[in-house]
Amino acid sequence: MDWGFILERTLSASIGVEVMVYALAAVGLNVHFGYTGLMNFGQAGFMAAGAYGIGVTVYWLQWSFWVGIGFVFVYGAVLALLLGIPTLRLRADYLSLVTIAAAESIRLIARSRVMRPITGGVEGVNKFAEKFYELSPFELGEFYSVGPFKYLGRDVWVLVVGWTTLLLVVMMVRQLMRSPWGRTLRAIREDEDAARALGKNAYFFKMQALMLGGLIGAVAGCIQSIQKSSVQADTFNPVITFTIWTILIIGGPGRVWSPIAGSTIYWTLIVFVENTLRQLPADTRETLEATIQLSDLNISMLRYILVGSGLLLLARFRPQGIFGSREEMALDRR
Amino acid sequence: MTAGSEARADGATTQAADPPIIVANGVVKTFGGLRAVDVERLEIRRNKITALIGPNGAGKTTFFNLLTGFDKVDSGVITLDGEDITGTPPHRLAAKGMVRTFQLTKALAKLSTIENMKLGALDQQGEKFWSALIPGSWTKQEREIEARADAVLKRFNLTHMRDEYAGTMSGGQRKLLEMARALMTDPRVVMLDEPMAGVNPALAQSLLELIKLLPGEGRTVIFVEHNMDVVQEISDWVVVMAEGRIIAQGTKAEIKNNKAVVDAYLGAHHGEDLSKMELS
Repeated sequence: MDWGFILERTLSASIGVEVMVYALAAVGLNVHFGYTGLMNFGQAGFMAAGAYGIGVTVYWLQWSFWVGIGFVFVYGAVLALLLGIPTLRLRADYLSLVTIAAAESIRLIARSRVMRPITGGVEGVNKFAEKFYELSPFELGEFYSVGPFKYLGRDVWVLVVGWTTLLLVVMMVRQLMRSPWGRTLRAIREDEDAARALGKNAYFFKMQALMLGGLIGAVAGCIQSIQKSSVQADTFNPVITFTIWTILIIGGPGRVWSPIAGSTIYWTLIVFVENTLRQLPADTRETLEATIQLSDLNISMLRYILVGSGLLLLARFRPQGIFGSREEMALDRR
Repeated sequence: MTAGSEARADGATTQAADPPIIVANGVVKTFGGLRAVDVERLEIRRNKITALIGPNGAGKTTFFNLLTGFDKVDSGVITLDGEDITGTPPHRLAAKGMVRTFQLTKALAKLSTIENMKLGALDQQGEKFWSALIPGSWTKQEREIEARADAVLKRFNLTHMRDEYAGTMSGGQRKLLEMARALMTDPRVVMLDEPMAGVNPALAQSLLELIKLLPGEGRTVIFVEHNMDVVQEISDWVVVMAEGRIIAQGTKAEIKNNKAVVDAYLGAHHGEDLSKMELS
């Protein structure tokens, strides 16, 4: 087994593109669920809004890249309003129903043949990120490595911009949640009527939170599509949303750094397990294939099973997540 | 008692020196076929303590919800200081100086006591999204609010719980906190839904003393209560509801001997020998 190779892959993944994109999307979900108690099961829909916001604007309308970035926010905000206006006055469950349905609707409509002239249908959109890579100070096709970390130049550029964005967004959310605005959100999370009786317009605050978290999700989708240089509808399936939920729960909802910690842990584990399984000595692999039919194909399934088991253990022994407070958790049971 | 105030069993107008602070006129609320609230006219007197009593299911809490905007009337008009507030949402009413507490206490368990208190302050600059991003724009106001909150906590004898999660408090302390937090809105009208429920006798006494102080600060108190000792001790005026209607109102002495009230609580036949009653 080539442990050096496994280590290089694992460590590179631990601050890689997936970690950054999913952490960003999870920061958005943290604003929704962690701080405000909004059950958004359609974060993939907000990511799609961001990705199509830039892709469609630049590729089909031939407008500038920067206008495209503007549309990332426009699409995200419009989606938040569409979802929030009818549901935020109702019980919490309605938002979760509407968000999961909306996210799937967006995906299915975007990939439909009717929408082909706009969204590119199943093939999606590409050639919209050139401007971004033109600005790169790194050689796009060359490998850069520092210690065990090794990336292609274009990914280094994505990582630099992406992590900067992520850290700025986390700092912004931290500042907001320390303010009276954040205090009101936490009050609404716990008991909306109490907040309303004290003069807080709960509907308005929930709408602001939905919009902020949705816009952060849209930015995550935009960065992801730029890294892939393509937007494809099927990227934004419900599994993405639930992965983001998993990440948030690993880290602990309602904590500032938990999205980054959760995302790092999740993706590092996934990459480590996969690479280890693929690097097993030939005879071990034959045995595994003969006994539990572990072929090349279902290694990628097994890693999810193993990570899932890990999650079960976490839920059993540390239900509040990595950063969550056990004390706060205990207050629920009183 | 103000001269000329007279209880009338039909619940009609009572005269007071000041104009009433709240007037409810023809307020009706039905749930399906049930007329939960049907109040012809009620006037709440300024800077007095009014008790709202009645047997279970009399519509007291529903009426409370209608007054505070948590439920919508089917018909009727409610005014606060002459201003029509029918259908005004709770957060606007709070801004107009009308605040309520809840029968099931809503102390926010995962916020500290001081955070609960600071939440109660109105018109906070730091509650606006863009200002929240710039600490300089709200920290000064936040310090003022905190000082005010500490003063109220002291008065409610909760200073030792200041930095604890409200969830660690006892039931009685939560009632105190909820009332203290309501006072942070600097209300003209304080509406307390069963303020004494689940509070131990020692704490109940200090809670009563605190309520008694409110009229002197220019606050009108309306409260729902089952405990007649409490009603006897603190109320200036008692309103009795049964089956959605106001069946009597008056001073506590008048209410105590009112036949309609006794009937509503104990049934029209109370005291009679069961064996002599007709079986229908």
